[in-house]
Amino acid sequence: MPKYMLLIYAAAEGGPSAEEMPAEHEKWMDYTQSLREADPGLAGDQLHGVETATTVRVADGETQITDGPFAVTKELLAGFYVMDCPDLDAALGHAARAPIVVHGSVEVRPVVTYPAAQPQPEEALSGA
Amino acid sequence: MSPGAGRRTGPVADDPGAVAERVFREERAGVLAVLIRQVGDFQLAEDAVQDAFAAAVATWPRDGVPANPAAWITTAARRRAIDRLRRTRSLADRTDRLAELARLDAQAQAAGGEDTAGEGESAVSDDRLRLIFTCCHPALGVAARTALTLRMLGGLTTGEIARAFLVSEPTMGQRISRAKAKIASAKIPYRVPSDDVLPDRVRGVLGVVYLIFNEGYAAAAGDRLVRGELCGEAIRLGRLLARLIGDDAEVLGLLALMLLHDARREARVDPAGGYVSLADQDRSLWDRGRIREGLRLLERAVALRRPGSYQIQAAITALQVEAPSDGETDWEEIAALYGRLLELDGSPVVALNHAVAVGFAGGPRAGLALLEPLLTDARIADYQPLHAAHAELLRRSGDDEGAALAYRTAIGLSANAVEAAELERRLRAIGGE
Repeated sequence: MPKYMLLIYAAAEGGPSAEEMPAEHEKWMDYTQSLREADPGLAGDQLHGVETATTVRVADGETQITDGPFAVTKELLAGFYVMDCPDLDAALGHAARAPIVVHGSVEVRPVVTYPAAQPQPEEALSGA
Repeated sequence: MSPGAGRRTGPVADDPGAVAERVFREERAGVLAVLIRQVGDFQLAEDAVQDAFAAAVATWPRDGVPANPAAWITTAARRRAIDRLRRTRSLADRTDRLAELARLDAQAQAAGGEDTAGEGESAVSDDRLRLIFTCCHPALGVAARTALTLRMLGGLTTGEIARAFLVSEPTMGQRISRAKAKIASAKIPYRVPSDDVLPDRVRGVLGVVYLIFNEGYAAAAGDRLVRGELCGEAIRLGRLLARLIGDDAEVLGLLALMLLHDARREARVDPAGGYVSLADQDRSLWDRGRIREGLRLLERAVALRRPGSYQIQAAITALQVEAPSDGETDWEEIAALYGRLLELDGSPVVALNHAVAVGFAGGPRAGLALLEPLLTDARIADYQPLHAAHAELLRRSGDDEGAALAYRTAIGLSANAVEAAELERRLRAIGGE
């Protein structure tokens, strides 16, 4: 079954207030539980804020370490899920239910899967 | 071994090469729709169908035209797909796909060598519907949706689509192949959407079809001939949708709308290529057959009692084409319909049309009262027709000075010389320079 990554992007400004946080947390717990029911092998985590991010590059053999995220944008990566879905429509359906969608967005990306070792196709065609 | 048995023998009325060409034009989309489901990949299916048609052109003149040309092509294309799949080692599920294709091939052979079993008329229709929904999937960009729909379901080549949309052929080719690659890697499903999203997705498909139509109809530039074909393709798609989902009032409404507009295509352009406004069109040039068909479809749509914006627009157009002359147009009814359309679609362009209709129905002052607020609406402030309409209403209300000012604004916003010349003529008529 195809695998998809749901990248959770939060608006850099706005979002839930401190008083709203407990209810927001509750929503995420419920949401994660619903995804786990769809795929027991669900993976995913919340990330610390972009102020904690560090970016690493190597240029001319020299490692460069800089404070901050890879790119500063209006919406910042806040977490992710990786899950099996039958097709894109199913993945988009899950994404649309994420609590973030009212003050952020979810990017859905198919995960690359490499072919496993497989038998010769001619065997599969025997009898054709 | 060549696929297919039971060839037509005896005197052949048509040249087999010509038959192959005709079958290609008429059956390509249907064959492609079936094959995409069977092979699970747009590009592979397209290549295989292309191979099969090349084989038909090569062998039919020698062996005769098969009894069921479309079935012959489907069988031949599936075998080409098997050959191609055997050579493609990068696909993750190649083995499964080959096994499934082999099963289908054996099944078809058992049924008499041709694709008759399990692939009847209704199965092909289902596949066409799958193909439409996949080509118009919201995960694809709007430009990609229109291009892919025309390429997969229409009869236009990539070069023709490129010319119609005023982009280079490599750009259009890339747009189409990127869309196909996204369908494959993101696994956009090949199916009719589930009931909970179906209404939205049908609206999306209609939006693509209407966009194709408008691209051909509202052509201010570009290759007129190819653009006319866009209208033809959009109507063909509209007919297909009306056949496949004929119980959807908006599907019928859109087809009615396109036919009623297209009926006036010849009359909209004068011999010099200039635009002729509705009021000045030679009504004898209107296509009465299209108008009758459009009116019948609109009646069918309205009887379903599910009003929608395409039906309302078709009803407005119907009132315009049914009037014996421009002076006898029922503007009160048109104004009322624009009022309803505005409730469904609050866009400023609809509000402008509403104001213009009210200006005809209830006098220029009533029209101005609705139009003036739009002049400060940033979404439409630079829209030439707004200022041209403003000028007309001011002129009719007796304010020549205000009208001259509005005409000048409109002339400054004109995108083409024909429009500007017409506005300048009107400006001179009220004594302005």
